[in-house]
Amino acid sequence: MIVTKKDLNRELKNFTINFGPQHPAAHGVLRLILELDGEIVKKADPHIGLLHRGTEKLIEHKNYLQALPYFDRLDYVSMMAQEHTYSLAVEKLGNIIIPRRAQVIRVIFCEITRILNHLLAVGCHAMDVGAMTPFLWAFEEREKLMEFYERVSGARMHAAYIRPGGVSADIPLGFMDDLFVFCNQFNIRLDEIEEMLTNNRIWKERLVDIGIVSSKNAVEWGFSGVMLRGSGIPWDLRKTQPYEIYSEVLFDLPLGNNGDCFDRYLIRIEEMRQSINILEQCFNLLEVGPIKSSNLKFGSSSRSEMKLSMEALIHHFKFFTEGMALPHGETYTATEAPKGEFGVYLISNNTEKPYRCKIRAPGFAHLQALNDMSVGHMIADVVTIIGTQDIVFGEIDR
Amino acid sequence: MQNKNIKELTSIFPVIYFNSLENIAVVSNKHLFFALKVLKLHINYQYNLLSSISGVDFLGKTYRFGIVYDLLSLTYNTRIRIKCFVNEITPVSSIIELFKNANWWEREIWDLFGIYFDKHPDLRRILTDYGFEGYPMRKDFPSYGFVELRYDESKKRIVVDSVDLAQEFRSFTFQTPW
Repeated sequence: MIVTKKDLNRELKNFTINFGPQHPAAHGVLRLILELDGEIVKKADPHIGLLHRGTEKLIEHKNYLQALPYFDRLDYVSMMAQEHTYSLAVEKLGNIIIPRRAQVIRVIFCEITRILNHLLAVGCHAMDVGAMTPFLWAFEEREKLMEFYERVSGARMHAAYIRPGGVSADIPLGFMDDLFVFCNQFNIRLDEIEEMLTNNRIWKERLVDIGIVSSKNAVEWGFSGVMLRGSGIPWDLRKTQPYEIYSEVLFDLPLGNNGDCFDRYLIRIEEMRQSINILEQCFNLLEVGPIKSSNLKFGSSSRSEMKLSMEALIHHFKFFTEGMALPHGETYTATEAPKGEFGVYLISNNTEKPYRCKIRAPGFAHLQALNDMSVGHMIADVVTIIGTQDIVFGEIDR
Repeated sequence: MQNKNIKELTSIFPVIYFNSLENIAVVSNKHLFFALKVLKLHINYQYNLLSSISGVDFLGKTYRFGIVYDLLSLTYNTRIRIKCFVNEITPVSSIIELFKNANWWEREIWDLFGIYFDKHPDLRRILTDYGFEGYPMRKDFPSYGFVELRYDESKKRIVVDSVDLAQEFRSFTFQTPW
């Protein structure tokens, strides 16, 4: 048999690598199976579930109040936004109306949380791409914001502050003064971060035209939040389906033109400025008043009352041991968490425990599209795309 | 206008139950795909964004599992919830052709509830461990599971044991009198 050159043509097999689960740019425990042709990504298959803690199952075994702290631990960089969604869902099922002061406080903390989240998103994204300094600056600001968390709840991160029926405690004396000081200086910090990044040649080379999502694709993949707005769809649940006092505050909705990573970075920066804007409006909206619903079926009696009245003491004990029973019903409540639409599908069955609590995490929908977004890009761009999707595994794996 | 449109749904496909409080419609398994297709493509509905698919286990019912599709219409700014009930052996038709992002949601339900999705291209487990057995979100699956992992010093590797509870699992179910 004569071997000709034609027979020697060998099939080239693509190179498959394991990205993560211990890669610092994988934002936690993402295991990504990448199929590469040279440095070009042919296929990306995310394996998730390495942080699966069975939150939904555990919630079914807890009463409504005990289930709340699990929500802090889902997306552990935007804690209160998730407590808030859950509280809204419980309030909807129980027909609880909360006082106005509690609503304003909730909005203040939702916006603090948004800044907290976007600072980490932009900072870590910058570090993944190669810029170290903005990360350090962002974390300094985050530390200040977590101090606000600490002052109202005692915990820096897992606050369990926003509860069904209002918030757990009133804000301490002098809190608003310090928040005002923070708001005044934060714009300058943001300018500094922008000086480092926005016109930086390397940053632009790494982000512009990477991970483009068309508006059609963004809807088909079920994107929400920044990922949807980055593709030019004006959709923000704070504006379209307002909750709490968002219908009373004015803020702009930044939109992207190209749907690439750079647009999404710019939107995150602008959203932080808008959050400061909302916070400043909240200073004037905050009125003196109660911070909990007066409906004692869904709330504990006050501490001072407890000391005087036996009935109140019994109620307090029953409320925190047995919990509250919600009537039959089901709801899908969604709010604009910093990462996108965070939804809670809650089914109650007239007992003190939720029958089913499904958590709709925005990151879950975003990570699904990783394959589509990264095919045809270089392997280094996968890191950029993971960064721009703002992936946190607490909420994806649940 | 939107509510009127939704009431017209019954003339397009059979709706078993309709609740207008949060726009919940229950359809049969047979009509599910068609119903979602109409809702997505019809000019009057345009529910083009699938928020999530959830599974619910109603233990003890004939049609034990509920599959819940939460749809969102960006055009009309409304939501609708389509539900469908199946038993353990009936497959549900996959809706990936309609909504690309149904892929992972359906995988999650397969993983946690064991509901099979017909024509799903890639029905692997997603959240639980590699080699996990059982469907943990079913109501008859105990919250502590059946197996536990520990590091065996003599074998120098992780071994799988069956769960050994030091005391019996206590479930606090009170009849709330108030």
